[in-house]
Amino acid sequence: MSANSLIQLAVLIGAVLLLSWPVGLYLARVFMDKTEQPPSGGRIIRALRVIENSIYRMAGVDPLQEMDWVSYAVALLVFNLLGAILLYAILRLQYWLPLNPQHFPAVPSVMSFNTAVSFMTNTNWQSYSGETTLGIFSQMFGLTVQNFLSAATGLCIAIVLIRAFARESQKYLGNFWVDLTRATLYVLLPFSLVVAVFLISQGVIQNFQGTKRVDLLHPVAFTVNHHRIQLTHQVLPMGPVASQEAIKELGNNGGGYFNMNSAHPFENPNPLSNFLEMICMFLFPGAICIAFGEMVGDRRQGWAILTAMTILFVVFASGGLMAEHGSNPGLHGLPVATRASPLQSGGNMEGKETRFGITDSVLFNATATATSTGAINSTSDSYLPLGGLVPLWLMELGEVSYGGIGSGFYGMMLFVLVAVFVAGLMVGRTPEYLGKKIETFDMKMVALGILVTPAIILIGTAVAVLIPHATSVLGNPGPHGFTEILYAFSSVANNNGSAMGGLTVTSIFYQMVTGIVMLMGRFWFALPVMALSGSLVMKKKIPPSLGTLPTHTPLFITLLIGTVLLVGALNFLPALSLGPLIEHFLLIHSH
Amino acid sequence: MWKMLPQAFRSAGILLIFFSVLCGFIYPVFVTGIGQIFFAHRADGSLITVDGHAVGSKLIGQPFRAPGYFWPRPSATTPFPYNAESSGASNLGPSNPLLREHIEKRIARLMRWNPSSSERIPIDLVTSSASGLDPDISPAAALYQVARIAEVRHLPKQLLVALVRRHIQGRAWGLWGAPRVNVLMLNVALKRILKHRAP
Repeated sequence: MSANSLIQLAVLIGAVLLLSWPVGLYLARVFMDKTEQPPSGGRIIRALRVIENSIYRMAGVDPLQEMDWVSYAVALLVFNLLGAILLYAILRLQYWLPLNPQHFPAVPSVMSFNTAVSFMTNTNWQSYSGETTLGIFSQMFGLTVQNFLSAATGLCIAIVLIRAFARESQKYLGNFWVDLTRATLYVLLPFSLVVAVFLISQGVIQNFQGTKRVDLLHPVAFTVNHHRIQLTHQVLPMGPVASQEAIKELGNNGGGYFNMNSAHPFENPNPLSNFLEMICMFLFPGAICIAFGEMVGDRRQGWAILTAMTILFVVFASGGLMAEHGSNPGLHGLPVATRASPLQSGGNMEGKETRFGITDSVLFNATATATSTGAINSTSDSYLPLGGLVPLWLMELGEVSYGGIGSGFYGMMLFVLVAVFVAGLMVGRTPEYLGKKIETFDMKMVALGILVTPAIILIGTAVAVLIPHATSVLGNPGPHGFTEILYAFSSVANNNGSAMGGLTVTSIFYQMVTGIVMLMGRFWFALPVMALSGSLVMKKKIPPSLGTLPTHTPLFITLLIGTVLLVGALNFLPALSLGPLIEHFLLIHSH
Repeated sequence: MWKMLPQAFRSAGILLIFFSVLCGFIYPVFVTGIGQIFFAHRADGSLITVDGHAVGSKLIGQPFRAPGYFWPRPSATTPFPYNAESSGASNLGPSNPLLREHIEKRIARLMRWNPSSSERIPIDLVTSSASGLDPDISPAAALYQVARIAEVRHLPKQLLVALVRRHIQGRAWGLWGAPRVNVLMLNVALKRILKHRAP
C-alpha cells in the first residue's frame, strides 16, 4: 500500500469523524423528545416549521399523539407498501406518462416488481439499465422519491430504538408521521440540495433534455454482427442526474441514474466528486451514533459505537487496497507495465476508471459496501479475488461498519446487545445496557434479526447453485462464478445493492427471488428491532453500580468488534473459501 | 390495531403524494434552476466546441481508432465501443481466460503500430474501463503512443511529448485520484497543430 493510499484513507476517516459530530448533534435536536418545538432557530427553520405543520393538518396527523411499537410499525409498513405500489405503477405506466423524451416502453412487470421492492427497501439493486430503460419521469418522480422515503424510514427505525433506551417505564416511542416528515424535511432535503449543487459544479449533469447528439471529432468504422457501420456521431444521455446522485449517496441508496453508476463520468466526473460522494455515504450512518449518545445522555456511548465501526472499516479497506495494488497473476508473461509511477496508477485496471486509479476505486467500493449504499465506481467482478473479497465480506458482516442510514446503527445495536449478553454470561450477571436489563424476549428478537440475513444468504446461494438456469447466466467460469451468486445474495439480503455485473439478473427467477430476499432482509430485520424497542422502552433504568459492565471502554469496543467478526467470519468462511479464496490460490498457481 | 388501519392508509397516502411532489418534482426542478443559472455549461454535459461546433463532451470518451490520433482505453460497451447510450463494463473476472485473450489481442494491435518499441505497455491502455466511456488515459499511456503518432503524422516527437505534458491533470489537491490525460482534449489540440502546420 502506497503512502498516498494511507493518507487518503486517513483524510477520509478524519473528515467523516469530524463531520459526524455536528451533524449528529443536529440529528439529535431534530428528533429530541420535545415534540412541540423541534429545531428552533433561523428563518429557514421557521419556514420549514410552517410547511411541517401544514403537512400534519392536511394528512390529519396529530403530531403530539405518540405511538406504541405496534402502531408505529403498522404505520411504517402501510407507508412503505403504498410507496412500493406507487413506484410499481409509475414504472408500468411509463410509456403514457410525461417527461419520457426517449419514448421508453413500460417496464416489464417482474422487473417493475423487483425495482419497486428494491427502492422501497433502500437496497437499490438494479436489474435494469438506467439509460436504456427509464425516462426522466420514472427516474425523478419514481426512484428519487423512494430514495428519500426509504432513507427516512431507516432513520425512523433507528430513532425508535434510541428512544427505547432514552425513555423508561412507558410504551410510547414517538409518532411515525412526525419522524418521517422531519427526517425528510429537516435532514435529507437540505443536505441533498447542497450536495447536488456541488456535484453540478464538478460536472454532474442536471437538465431536462432526453439526449444530445454530437459529431465525433473523427468518424470511425466498426464491424457489428458482420455489418460494417460508420460512426459519425455520438448520442450523449442527459437528465436530472445531480439531484438523484445527491440523495443516492446521502440516503445510502446506491441506485445509479446510469447503468454504470458512479463509474459513469456524468455521475462522478472527477476525484473531488468521488471524495464528496464517499463522505456523503458515511455522513448519516456516522452521525446517528453521535445523535444516539446525545439522546441517551451519555456521549461516550455514541463514540464507542462509532469507533468500533471505524476500526472495522479501516481494517477491511486497508486489506482491499493492498490486494488491488498488485497486478493480476493471470497476465503473467505479457509485456504490460503494472507498477505504479507518477505517470500511471498501475495495478489491476480492468473495470476501473483512469481518473480514480486503484486507490480511489477501492476506497469507493469499500465505502459503498461498508455503508449499505451499493454504489460502484469500478466493477467488483473484475477485482482480484482478494480485492473482491473485501466488499463481499463487508456486506456479509451485516452492514454494521457504518451500515445504511439508520439500519447500520440498529444493526450494530443488535451486536452490542449480543456482546453485552456474552459478557454478562461470562461474569454470571443479568446483562444490562444503559441501565436496561436485557432479558429473554429481547435476546430472542436480537437473535431473530442477526440470524435471518446469514440464513437467507447461505440458503439462497445453495439453492441457486443447484438450479441449472441460475448457473447458466454466470458471467465467469469456475469459483468466480460461484462468487457472483454469493455476492448477489449477500448484497440483496443486506439491502446493499452492489452487484457483480457479470451475473445476468434479468431472468424471472432472479428478479423474483432477489425481490423476496430484499423484503425479508429489510423487514424481517426491522420488525424484531421494533419489537425489541417496544420491550426496552417499558423497562426502568437501573442506576449503574460497581458490577455494571462499562460500555464505552476500549475493552468493550474490542468485545464488540470481536462479536461482529465472529458472526461474520464463522457464518461465511466456508462459503468464502469456495469462492474468492479458492480462486486466489488457483490464480497464483496458474502461471 | 385494525381500527387504526383506515386512518393510517389515509395519512400515508396524503404524505406520500406530498413528498412525491416535493422530492420528486420541486426539488429536482429547483436544483436544475440553480445549476442552469450558475453552472450551465457543466449541467448540460461539459460540451467541447471547435469552431462553434460541438464535437463531444469533455467527460465522455470517443472511439478513436485511426493511427494518427491518440487512442482511448478499450471499451466494453455494446454493440460498439464508446456507445454513450449504454454504459457497460466487461465484468470479466481476473481468472477468466477470455480476459487474457482480449488483452493479448490489444497488445498485438498496439505492437503492430509500434514494432520497434521494447517499452512495456501501460496496463490501462489494454484493459477496459468500468463505464466503457472513460475519457482519460494515464500519462504513461499517452506517452507510449507518441512514437506511433509522430511517425504517421510526420511530426517531431518532442512536439508531441510537450503536447501530452501540457495536458496532464495531476491529483486533485495533490491527493485524490490518479494522474491522467483527457484523450478528446488531447486530440482536439493535436488537430489544431496539424491545421496550423498545413500549408
